Amino acid sequence: MEAVDPIVNHLTVFVLAIVVGYHVVWTVTPALHTPLMSVTNAISGIIIVGAMLAAGPQAIDWGTVLGFVAVVLASVNVFGGFLVTQRMLEMFKKKDKRT
Amino acid sequence: MSANQVALAYLVASVFFVLSLKGLSSPLTARRGNLFGIIGMAIAVLVTLSVTQNWMLIVLGVAVGGTVGAVVARRIHMTAMPELVAAMHSLVGLAAVLIAFAAVHKPGAYGILTADGMIPRGNRLELFIGTFVGAITFSGSVIAFGKLSGRIRSAPVVFGGQHWLNLALAVVMIAFGIAFMFNQSWTPFAIMTAIAFVLGVLIIIPIGGADMPVVISMLNSYSGWAAAGIGFSLNNPMLIISGSLVGSSGAILSYIMCKAMNRSFFNVILGGFGGGDAASAIGDAARKTYRSGSPEDAAFLIGNTESVIIVPGYGLAVARAQHAVKEMAEKLQEKGVKVRFAIHPVAGRMPGHMNVLLAEAEIPYDQVFAMEEINNEFATTDVVLVLGANDVVNPAANVPGSPIYGMPILEVHKARTVLVVKRSMAAGYAGLDNDLFYMDKTMMVFGDAKKVVEGIVKAI
Repeated sequence: MEAVDPIVNHLTVFVLAIVVGYHVVWTVTPALHTPLMSVTNAISGIIIVGAMLAAGPQAIDWGTVLGFVAVVLASVNVFGGFLVTQRMLEMFKKKDKRT
Repeated sequence: MSANQVALAYLVASVFFVLSLKGLSSPLTARRGNLFGIIGMAIAVLVTLSVTQNWMLIVLGVAVGGTVGAVVARRIHMTAMPELVAAMHSLVGLAAVLIAFAAVHKPGAYGILTADGMIPRGNRLELFIGTFVGAITFSGSVIAFGKLSGRIRSAPVVFGGQHWLNLALAVVMIAFGIAFMFNQSWTPFAIMTAIAFVLGVLIIIPIGGADMPVVISMLNSYSGWAAAGIGFSLNNPMLIISGSLVGSSGAILSYIMCKAMNRSFFNVILGGFGGGDAASAIGDAARKTYRSGSPEDAAFLIGNTESVIIVPGYGLAVARAQHAVKEMAEKLQEKGVKVRFAIHPVAGRMPGHMNVLLAEAEIPYDQVFAMEEINNEFATTDVVLVLGANDVVNPAANVPGSPIYGMPILEVHKARTVLVVKRSMAAGYAGLDNDLFYMDKTMMVFGDAKKVVEGIVKAI
């Protein structure tokens, strides 16, 4: 048998990740849907990995400049997303101490 | 690190992301979930840093972006969360487009090169899909941000042949993408991206303000698919996994929001709902009579009962009345009144918007109930206080033939007495008159939600 095309491997990962995502997200309580959106904002900031590879090469050219800008944009999401989620969840926390 | 070690570290990070979402199943585990997300992200970023050469530049970029993100996260008002989320979707979309351009410029940086110095055809296919999804996410989110923050009028913008225009643009866009796939050249790629930016704008403008919970969930989903698309193009499973998690999360939220309005996803996306019939509804309203009272009257009614259910809506968010509401709830509880909150899934401008506002005001979450948990309780409740909500309590949803027929509503009309705080008798987003306002047991209290609630607090 010949080697499997990388696309097929990626498709396998893709479909399984969707299945996992589908099942996990249905367990999220509706009260936390806003934190869910902000944490997924942070997680989609994972695109920073692609941006870092673009900015990575030693020689500066258009590719690294675009990569640098993308690193900045994605970092806003990563930091902003996780911190604002943290801030919101702290609000939900205060209550369970009292009750 | 070797490529295999990097890939394994990415796998660990992906598992952390799954655990992060899983944590949100309860407020008790949610903070740990967020921490897992941070750990996953830190692993992914550090590992990637170890395989790049120009780490000074990258660290500088992270410092700049991270500072902006941290400052915004600290300063943002909870009432402005929908705008913030929309803005962050746009950043992911734009980053995806930039990365794609960098990849076409220098595929070697990602190791996606064949022997003849071209990008493999499969990667070019993935690249163009990732790029147009990213571009649509970007411009669509910019429009959504404008509508949510009031910089752009939130009324639907509709014109003849709109959907045909969008369809034609989409076909042309994909045709240029395919042209790029067959001969890797800049011209079709740039034209495709430009069309996608225009298309993003055109898709969002016909959708009105109160459908924003669907729009924002949908763009959330798109931002995930854009990341996944870039992951495919760059042969990076970490991006594929994380993108798919975000993509399916947004898709599920869109589905929940559509279901809560009893409308199909396409009905919402095609837009133009509401607004048009508002004038006739107001004309109709003038002929009917309603009862109105002062905040003091309202305070008397709710202060002398056993149980009150408060139904918050977008009006509460606009007036930033959540802290005043908390004060009112505490005063009522001191008098022995049982206070509960009922939240419709599409109340506000994004999923879970009301829950966060009430949490910000430190209202215990065990007093806050979802629609299906509390709907049977209205019939046995003395007083319901509706704060700036309209369509989600409109009994017209039970009348066949009504535009909102079949939409699940909070059954406020079954309570013994109903108090409605509203700025005027104007129709809600659906452009429908609300019979609840004309019932004998209903008293309207006109004014800004915050001022009215403060008035009630004083009078209790």
